[in-house]
Amino acid sequence: MAGATALHAKADHAARFESRSATREPTWVKWTLIGVSLTFFALFLLMPLIAVFVEALRKGWDTYLAALVEPDALSAIRLTLIAAAIAVPLNLVFGVSAAWAITKFNFRGKHFLITLIDLPFSVSPVVAGLIYVLLFGAQGWFGPWLAEHDLKVIFAVPGIVLATVFVTFPFIARELIPLMQAQGKEEEEAAVVLGANGWQTFWYVTLPNIKWGLLYGVILTNARAMGEFGAVSVVSGHIRGLTNTMPLHVEILYNEYQFAASFAVASLLALLALVTLCIKTWIEHQAGRDS
Amino acid sequence: MRRTLRTLAAALILGTGLAAPAFAADVTLLNVSYDPTRELYQDFNTAFAKYWKAKTGDNVSVRQSHGGSGKQARSVIDGLEADVVTLALAWDVDALHQNGKLIPADWQKRLAHNASPYTSTIVFLVRKGNPKAIKDWNDLVKPGVEVITPNPKTSGGARWNYLAAWAYATKQPGGSDASAKDFVKKLYGNVKVLDSGARGSTTTFVERGIGDVLIAWENEAYLAVKELGPDKFEIVTPSLSILAEPPVSVVDKVVDKRGTRAVATAYLEYLYSTEGQEIAAQNYYRPVDAKVAAKYAKTFAPVKLFTIDAEFGGWDKAQKAHFADGGLFDQISVR
Repeated sequence: MAGATALHAKADHAARFESRSATREPTWVKWTLIGVSLTFFALFLLMPLIAVFVEALRKGWDTYLAALVEPDALSAIRLTLIAAAIAVPLNLVFGVSAAWAITKFNFRGKHFLITLIDLPFSVSPVVAGLIYVLLFGAQGWFGPWLAEHDLKVIFAVPGIVLATVFVTFPFIARELIPLMQAQGKEEEEAAVVLGANGWQTFWYVTLPNIKWGLLYGVILTNARAMGEFGAVSVVSGHIRGLTNTMPLHVEILYNEYQFAASFAVASLLALLALVTLCIKTWIEHQAGRDS
Repeated sequence: MRRTLRTLAAALILGTGLAAPAFAADVTLLNVSYDPTRELYQDFNTAFAKYWKAKTGDNVSVRQSHGGSGKQARSVIDGLEADVVTLALAWDVDALHQNGKLIPADWQKRLAHNASPYTSTIVFLVRKGNPKAIKDWNDLVKPGVEVITPNPKTSGGARWNYLAAWAYATKQPGGSDASAKDFVKKLYGNVKVLDSGARGSTTTFVERGIGDVLIAWENEAYLAVKELGPDKFEIVTPSLSILAEPPVSVVDKVVDKRGTRAVATAYLEYLYSTEGQEIAAQNYYRPVDAKVAAKYAKTFAPVKLFTIDAEFGGWDKAQKAHFADGGLFDQISVR
């Protein structure tokens, strides 16, 4: 996923290969490859996506809309939006500063920091959730102190936000680090030599260079924040109308034999994925034009 | 400007002061329950809110949390603020006393019938026409029969399933602990999917269409038939099964902190009222009230039931012998 810009450079390569007979693949190879990947795409991505919408609308528009405006569903949608609205800006600030620190400075333990940033990718989301139960649960490290001050972290909104922040932690930093590494620090050095202060350097030199990569990272973060199931499930407590996010609500409805309603909420999540995809394509297009 | 503000403030203070007694208090309770009670408590919570409103004038809304019984108990221990727990078996409620002293040791004596306002039992759900001719427990160990049941390590219902099978085997002619161990080993050898909770197993069987027979709570089996059509499934009642007593309790530490003891206690006591018992029966739980039980006698097939206390010497013993790490269930699972 590194770099939206890289993709476009490759597209130019492809055009060049195609134009010369020496490097052109035989037609049958080309079409077999395209056929295989398209069949795969239709079978594993398109069909399930269509199935979600077909199931959601099986009992008609009225049931579909009723499932979405029902109080528990609304509360789940609200909670999902809150979690994303907190997780995305937090990770935005963190991701930019981490990428900045890693690519523009040399310091001890840099590789260790990079490994740490990747940790949420390699840890199972269930473990991520349990970490917070161990820390903030009634039997956990900070549990007694929290209980004394009547603060609730897990089985409440803060726990869900924490879990969401944890699992979406690496996206922006991971997106920016290779991009900023490729760009080097010459432009920033030039800006500093010309008298810009740190903030001006960031605002006028670095940010314009990384804006598409940054936006791409934000979109990925947002998609994951809204779709996260495992970690959130562990810390949620599954209280209806209070601590259920959209993915958890989908599971509950499904387990209650309310299949149409369950797929209706699932279709909202699928729509989100589609919107994400559109924005992503648009960003790649813009980034390609810029370069 | 300042005067208007002051008048406004005074009016507000007066307003709230005067209005408070006129408006009813709003109370919320959290009921942490196990998987198959979703429909039961949906109905019961509405009925209780009406009853409580008529009795005290307060509005009470009960929030629900459902999941595997053992997992739910764990969440309450970890700080999920449940005013009441309504779990699948006494062992899981006991855990609240063992870990964190959330309830007193004698919690099961505080309400009638071992604090179990309804009972259930374990039956089989098979596909229409019963193609594998499953009549009793011994049909489940036949080769080629695919069985669906949840994992006894995480699911309360699954532990009842397992113990019912075990007790059946010991009661056969020449039955012993050794033959029972052999029997359940064969039975779990036939298990296709071991879900973590009862409702997960039900969806595996009815929705995904896996397996020939689902070992299930009686209420869960009836509900599946009702929800998904009697033209698809049949209930088979075995010759012998276990009397499952899902107990309820107020969580003392939570209600004392939140000041909800009175309403939480009333909530559980209302389960024993005629209306509470009717709602339980309508949701296919066996009522403990003799009158209501007689009224719904036709709903439930007569089956010889034994209790866990008589056969296994109580949950504590059963848990240690069968489901603890390295216990009998672990031994038969090693293949």
